[in-house]
This record gives sequence, structure tokens and C-alpha cells, in this order.
Amino acid sequence: MSTTKHIPTLKRKSTIGKFIHTFLVMFIIWLAFTTSLEPAELITGAIVSLILAFFTDRIFSCCGLKIFSPIKILYFVQYFFVFMIALIKSNLDIARRVISPDLPINPGIVKFKTKLTNGFARLVLANSITLTPGTLTIDVVNNNFYIHWIDVKFDDPEKVYKEIAEPFEKILLKIYED
Amino acid sequence: MKDIMEYIGMALILIGGIFLFLGALGIYRMPDIYTRLQAGTKASTLGAMSTILGVGFIQPDWLVKVIIIVIFIGLANPLSSHALARSTYRMGVAPKLKSGIDAYKKAYKKQVKKHTS
Repeated sequence: MSTTKHIPTLKRKSTIGKFIHTFLVMFIIWLAFTTSLEPAELITGAIVSLILAFFTDRIFSCCGLKIFSPIKILYFVQYFFVFMIALIKSNLDIARRVISPDLPINPGIVKFKTKLTNGFARLVLANSITLTPGTLTIDVVNNNFYIHWIDVKFDDPEKVYKEIAEPFEKILLKIYED
Repeated sequence: MKDIMEYIGMALILIGGIFLFLGALGIYRMPDIYTRLQAGTKASTLGAMSTILGVGFIQPDWLVKVIIIVIFIGLANPLSSHALARSTYRMGVAPKLKSGIDAYKKAYKKQVKKHTS
């Protein structure tokens, strides 16, 4: 039924691209946390990042160095803005519902099918849906997302997909599935 | 320049405080756990992000660390509320659905069948 091939994390292959990707991300996080450029700090950070990258690259990195291509980074930036606008909108929406005296809610659980196969991309999509107006991801079974929607307008999966997921998913597809 | 940063920080903390308050009000007013989670997650995510970022603006030395914390909250907060909603449903707490649409029930029963048989 499911079109996704599930590969157990320990059987995934480790490649040099994945290794470098993991190392770079770890090292950038280290730099951000220490906020210093002293040699001793840098060397410690590099060693720790190397060890971590050696053990976790096949779990951490999905597609190696491809993720650093300029177009994808531009899409990341676009995603960030789309997401921030949705987040602020959702807060104003929930605030309006909470403040209005008659509590205008019409909750229901709807589903839609996703085209994403990458695990991390699915996590990002589920998180974004949780933070966008009136929706909360309850479960992901195979390719179906189950969404608790505070104001159900329709329950046809196609329409639900268009309304809730499409703005995020089309960017994520470009980042992770090309 | 320093003054401007401080004012931005204060404004962010104020906005964050307002959203956190609205989230609390939502938890008080909503009828069941799922809608409460909705109100709680959204408001507390933006509220916490905004408040923490405000601290970063007032104390610029911390700004980079603060941004990492904000990203982490953005990832972890919806994840935990999803886990809460899912486990609540699986515990058998039925949501109060005014619209009567529950697409998850079937999939959930199917899964239970698969695991028990």
C-alpha cells in the first residue's frame, strides 16, 4: 500500500557527501553556541563534530551535499517567510476565536495524501501544519496525514490538501525530492 | 542604536506576553483536549519565540544562541503537541467533533486490528 520504501536507519549507506554535510551543520551549531574564534575552541569543536559526523551521518543527512546548492538555499529562505507569515496568521486566527464570546469552532479530523517520501521533509511538513491556522497533525500512516481541523470546511482529501498542505509541500518537494 | 535594539526587544517581549496570555485563555475556554492543544501550541510557540528573541535583542551578546533556541522551540513544540494528541486519541479519549467528520477512526482501528491479530 505504501509507496515509500522504508530503510532501517542502521542499514543506510554512509557517503562522503553526507559526512561533510553532517560535519558542517554540527560545526556551525558549535560556533553559534560558543561564539568565539579562539583556536582551542575551534579545534575542540572540529574534533567533536568529526566524531559525531562519523557516527550519525547516515541518520542525520538525507541527501548529502545536494542540500547546499544555491537554489535550494533560496527555497529555504522562501519557506521561512511563508512559514513565518502562516505562523503569525494562525496566532491571530486562534486569538480571534478565543476572544469572541460565542467561541466559533467546528472541529473535525480530516486526511490528505502527501507526495513527500523523505522523513525529515515529512517532519517539517507536519510541524508546519501544526503551526498553521487551526490545524494539528494527529498521525501519519503510510502516506496519509491525519489532521485535527478546528474549523472544517470540507472533508474531501483533494480539497483539504489544496487548502492546508500545498503552499508548504510544493516548496519542500523542490528542496528534498529533486 | 543600542536604545533602538532595546525598544525592539521590549516590544517583542510584550507581544510574546500577549500571545502567551491568549494561549492560556484558549486553554481555559476550549471544550476538549484537542482544541486546547491547538490553542496552546500555536500561541505558546510564537509567544515563547518572541519573548526569547526579545531577550536576545536587549542583550546582543546572546543573540546567536537565542536564535538557535528559537529554532529548537520551533521544531520541538509542535512535535510534542502532536505526540500528545496522538497518544490521547489512542488512549480512547474521543474528540468532541461538532462537524462529525473523523477520518482517523478507520485508520486507527485498522492499525489496532493489525497489531492484535
